[in-house]
Amino acid sequence: MTWRISWYILKTSLAERLAYRADFMFATLVRFLPIITQVFLWGAIYGTFDGNDERSLNGYRYGDMVAYNLLVMLSRAFSSMPGLTTGIARDVRDGAIKKFLTQPIDLLDYLLWSRVAHKLVYYGIAAGPFALVFWLCRDYFHGWPRWDVLLAMVLSLGLSFLVGFLIESLMGLCAFWYLEVSSLVFVYMLLNYFLSGHMLPLDWLPPAISSAVLWLPFKYLAYVPAAILLGRYSPAAMWQEVGLELVWVLLLWRFNRWVLERGLQRYSAYGG
Amino acid sequence: MAAIIVENLQKSYRVFRKPSGFRGTLQSLFHREFTTVHAVRNVGFRIEPGEIVAFLGPNGAGKTTTLKLLAGLVYPTAGTATVLGHVPWLRETAYRRRFSLVMGQKNQLWWDLPAIESFQLHREIYRIEPDHYQRRLDELTSLLEVTKLIRQPVRELSLGERMRMELIAALLHDPEVLFLDEPTIGLDVVSQRKVQEFLRYYQAERKMTVLLTSHYMKDVEALCRRAIIISHGQIRHDGPLEEILDRFSSQKWIQLQFANGAMPEDLERFGKVTELKPPRVKLEVPRTQIPEILSALLSRYAIEDVGVQERPLEEVIAEFFTSDDCAEDLPTRDTVGAK
Repeated sequence: MTWRISWYILKTSLAERLAYRADFMFATLVRFLPIITQVFLWGAIYGTFDGNDERSLNGYRYGDMVAYNLLVMLSRAFSSMPGLTTGIARDVRDGAIKKFLTQPIDLLDYLLWSRVAHKLVYYGIAAGPFALVFWLCRDYFHGWPRWDVLLAMVLSLGLSFLVGFLIESLMGLCAFWYLEVSSLVFVYMLLNYFLSGHMLPLDWLPPAISSAVLWLPFKYLAYVPAAILLGRYSPAAMWQEVGLELVWVLLLWRFNRWVLERGLQRYSAYGG
Repeated sequence: MAAIIVENLQKSYRVFRKPSGFRGTLQSLFHREFTTVHAVRNVGFRIEPGEIVAFLGPNGAGKTTTLKLLAGLVYPTAGTATVLGHVPWLRETAYRRRFSLVMGQKNQLWWDLPAIESFQLHREIYRIEPDHYQRRLDELTSLLEVTKLIRQPVRELSLGERMRMELIAALLHDPEVLFLDEPTIGLDVVSQRKVQEFLRYYQAERKMTVLLTSHYMKDVEALCRRAIIISHGQIRHDGPLEEILDRFSSQKWIQLQFANGAMPEDLERFGKVTELKPPRVKLEVPRTQIPEILSALLSRYAIEDVGVQERPLEEVIAEFFTSDDCAEDLPTRDTVGAK
């Protein structure tokens, strides 16, 4: 698919997203509420609300923990894909997917660019609140990061978007075999919560579990971008993580293609 | 070379059969029973470039499955088919640029956006030159009388208006082959007629090859000269539309208007009375006995007006679909158990 077609898909998807902008705006703003509970929860656990308090748990001070949660929120703004899996499954089930199969268009490219549009609208609405929250919590961070850390973080966030997209689209494509994938989504959300570092930093886990979890792609959905900015990696380890994340993206892309091809061979074109 | 060549095409589906009730649900957890549905069985036909052919059959006959095979949406179980020299299920981009599929029950436009946005996306997807696109868009919107509606969100259009937009989206890239699956389903009479008139005009102008499925015989009669009838996945007729009447209708209608308002009471001996509005009557009689029956009627009664009519195509086909002749095919379902 050419860049020009991708651009038009992006443009059309943007226009579509903006059709229900009030609802989208409300849903986006509501997503900031959990961070307030995180600040108070970790304050209660550490027994302080002072970002410079030196008491630490597993190498994280209270200020680090709040910063970690803020960065996890930022990472998830890139890697979470609400409605993607169920949307693909619905299109397979009711036959709406037919239009992509009869037109000279690639289904995965189309899904990717329409998701980029979804995210751009989200960032457009969320940029202000994000900036405000980070400014209010600026004391929990240790100043501006080095430029190479910032660059690695930005790259990691971009790749985390792709990892999140590819895992969820893969589950959506399972609808060619199992028309209903909601239980799969539930299991994934559960795994994602624990294995991405959304609930706790992954280096808090017991070493045996942690070393296994760190081999999985879920850590790129939240933990890795946050840990990069918090300076928990050496420069070499940081770039190694970004490289591995890229490898995961390529593997997942290839796997998506394979599953799509296999799925289409058994597709029955339901729904009229 | 024929535009569409289909040879021994077959498509079977394996379908899970769940016994009814709670007990059946529990049973199905341990012993699943599957049925193989033979949706298309050894179907074969050829359609020449520029032909417009009706593909008729009752629900579940295999029409839509055949269209899905030809549009490359599903893989066949056996057999071959080529459309414009392409094997449809290979889904080559070159093929996808050359045909369109319009499904009356499926919306392909972006629901929340004006149709013009979908058209512009199609312009890019099909790489239509801007000048050509504008000319074609102007022509199609004007022919289908929707010029003022293309900037209105699709969700706010009526069903008839939406179907006309769907046709525009399908035709913008000048497809050489058009598959139409129930294009007038659910439309009111005025919209149906507009769509029919448009398709007739446009097909004649562009010489597109069209394969049309429709349950409305008015569509078929307005657009097609040739019809393929499919039933239980097999082709039962392939030929001129008028042959259907000769082949499947052994009856004709004689319409009589009696003079002086008189209405005989013994008309049943000449044929089946299908309509009685004194002094007019409609008799259904065997087509081979028309001369004798007419002669007997004219010699016996004072008749003011007389006419002989074919039965409506719709009625003949409906009768054929429900007849033993149509149902005598081999069973189309095999049941097998599996754990």
